[in-house]
Amino acid sequence: MVKSIIHASHLSKIYRTDIVETVALDDVSFDIQKGEFVAIMGPSGSGKSTLMHILGALDKPTTGEYILDGEEVENLSDDELSDIRNRKIGFVFQAFNLLPRTTALKNVMLPMAYADIPKEEREAIAIKYLKMVGLGDRMYHTSNQISGGQQQRVAIARSLVMNPALILADEPTGNIATAQAEEIMAIFQQLNDDGHTIVMITHEPDIAQHAKRIIHIRDGKIAEDSISHQQRIIKKTKSSK
Amino acid sequence: MTLIETFLESLGTLTLNKTRTGLAVLGIVIGIGSVIALVSLGQATQLSIQNQIESLGANLLTVNPGAPRTGAVRGAPGSDTTLTDEDATAIAASSQITTINSVSPEYSGRTQITTAGNNTNSSVIGAVSTYLTIHKLTIDSGRFISDTDNVNMSKVAVMGPTVALTLFPDGSSPIGQNIRIKGQTFTVIGVTVAKGGNGFNNVDNLIYIPLSTAQKQIFGVDYLSSIAIEAKSSDIMTTAQDEVGYFLLARHKISDPTKADFTIMSQQDILNTVSSTTGTFTALLSGIAAISLLVGGIGIMNIMLVTVTERTREIGLRKALGAKKTTITTQFLTESIILTFTGGIIGIILGIIISFVVAKLLGTLFFVSPGSILLAFVVSAGIGILFGWYPAKRASNLQPIEALRYE
Repeated sequence: MVKSIIHASHLSKIYRTDIVETVALDDVSFDIQKGEFVAIMGPSGSGKSTLMHILGALDKPTTGEYILDGEEVENLSDDELSDIRNRKIGFVFQAFNLLPRTTALKNVMLPMAYADIPKEEREAIAIKYLKMVGLGDRMYHTSNQISGGQQQRVAIARSLVMNPALILADEPTGNIATAQAEEIMAIFQQLNDDGHTIVMITHEPDIAQHAKRIIHIRDGKIAEDSISHQQRIIKKTKSSK
Repeated sequence: MTLIETFLESLGTLTLNKTRTGLAVLGIVIGIGSVIALVSLGQATQLSIQNQIESLGANLLTVNPGAPRTGAVRGAPGSDTTLTDEDATAIAASSQITTINSVSPEYSGRTQITTAGNNTNSSVIGAVSTYLTIHKLTIDSGRFISDTDNVNMSKVAVMGPTVALTLFPDGSSPIGQNIRIKGQTFTVIGVTVAKGGNGFNNVDNLIYIPLSTAQKQIFGVDYLSSIAIEAKSSDIMTTAQDEVGYFLLARHKISDPTKADFTIMSQQDILNTVSSTTGTFTALLSGIAAISLLVGGIGIMNIMLVTVTERTREIGLRKALGAKKTTITTQFLTESIILTFTGGIIGIILGIIISFVVAKLLGTLFFVSPGSILLAFVVSAGIGILFGWYPAKRASNLQPIEALRYE
């Protein structure tokens, strides 16, 4: 059996306040294998953000088991979670979340600083990934001097430097013009072709179609887990040949 | 991340918002600056007064009439009439007292002095020839009062340079000129060398006339306001004080020393009294300065709290990317320590400049104790840690999702 990158079993997340109890995630189980490109879809309030936070080790499930690349996540301390996020997960956020007024190069180097990688090495690795996302000529521009699409490419470069087991993208094209969004998706597909495991949260069906597998979340439960339309076409073309 | 990296990064963050950084630093600058300036001023004043008192003679004993009172309350000099010329003569002649060199009976009072065109109000001291050496005075021109002047009850006067300048502002030599003391004409026979000093105890602002003349012609009294005694050395002050004390007790037929009708003070006693007074003064000033330092520290904490709130998203991102609690704490603590340290250094420089300027303006000593600089340094770093701790802790405890969601 192939070892899963993500093994989620009976994940539940319940938010309690004094008055109400909200079930954000209700007994969700699934596995994601190495090399998959999964889109998690769902309307707002469906629980997809909660799921993304748990998958990203940003939050802990109320009950259930989550194993990320062979490491149990659900019982770790805050600092241990920081360490897991640093080593195993590359984050790409909707709002890019680059350090303000800081150069692209420094932004990309940041996760390596927390992993205590020597400074010279950091710079070389950061430059390599910035070139890979096509920003070799924008390395010394600060985050407010480049476009949204370029900022997101900086964020992608940043997500790659620690060679993570999982790239977790939260609405990566949500704040970007359509033309640039296509470029971003092309990068993700290229990364997936290179063997990276990608989980992407989105509510846009055409963006989700870039993935190979789509998990629909509704009311905290998995409503549908299927291969994407695009994959069907590829498969059909392959089988008809 | 190494400490140097954290330091450089914090420095970078601080330079991004120069106005705010400047204002935060300003609070500490004012705090530390005023501590340094006020402590220095206090200590310089203390030192000036000590020097002045010491310059009056370290082996000087002063006998004042009136009983020693407890606490700070003591009758004004001259209000008691228990010391006489005969006491002074007996002390000088006594074979029981072996530790003293010479004795100077004195009477001092304030009165109006006039010349043709000028007048001043100053202390007039009735003195004998020994006054000059006991009080370490030097004659600039002319001569001091002699024993003959006292025997003849001569109307001659010696004046300090300040009085000379007030009465003879044209700069002409006062020697041989006439002045009027309480309506009586005196001939000036000498001027003393300037000894310096300001405010109280200024010996340059005195007029000396023969003791006998002062008692009988000017003030109409037959007692002394004090007897100054020079001990053989400053090491035997206590013995000298005891010898003179018991001698006078016997002479005044008083058996219980606590009921003495006179007080003997050494220069050291006066020095101690003044030191404790100026010490209190310095402590008071330091206290006020410390309050402004505290306010500066709260200012730093306020700025850091604002910074934490403003940078919630950044903190969330850093945690998402793998920053541990200690990393975030260190980062924010480093920022506040940089703020207070910068403020501390500028404050020290400012404080030194202020104390220098004030010393020049007041003509006091310029003196900055290394202790106060060290203290300011430690305190400013301490404030950085103390007031930076809470904001830093708050930042490190932010949950990454909450922080990332924060708009």
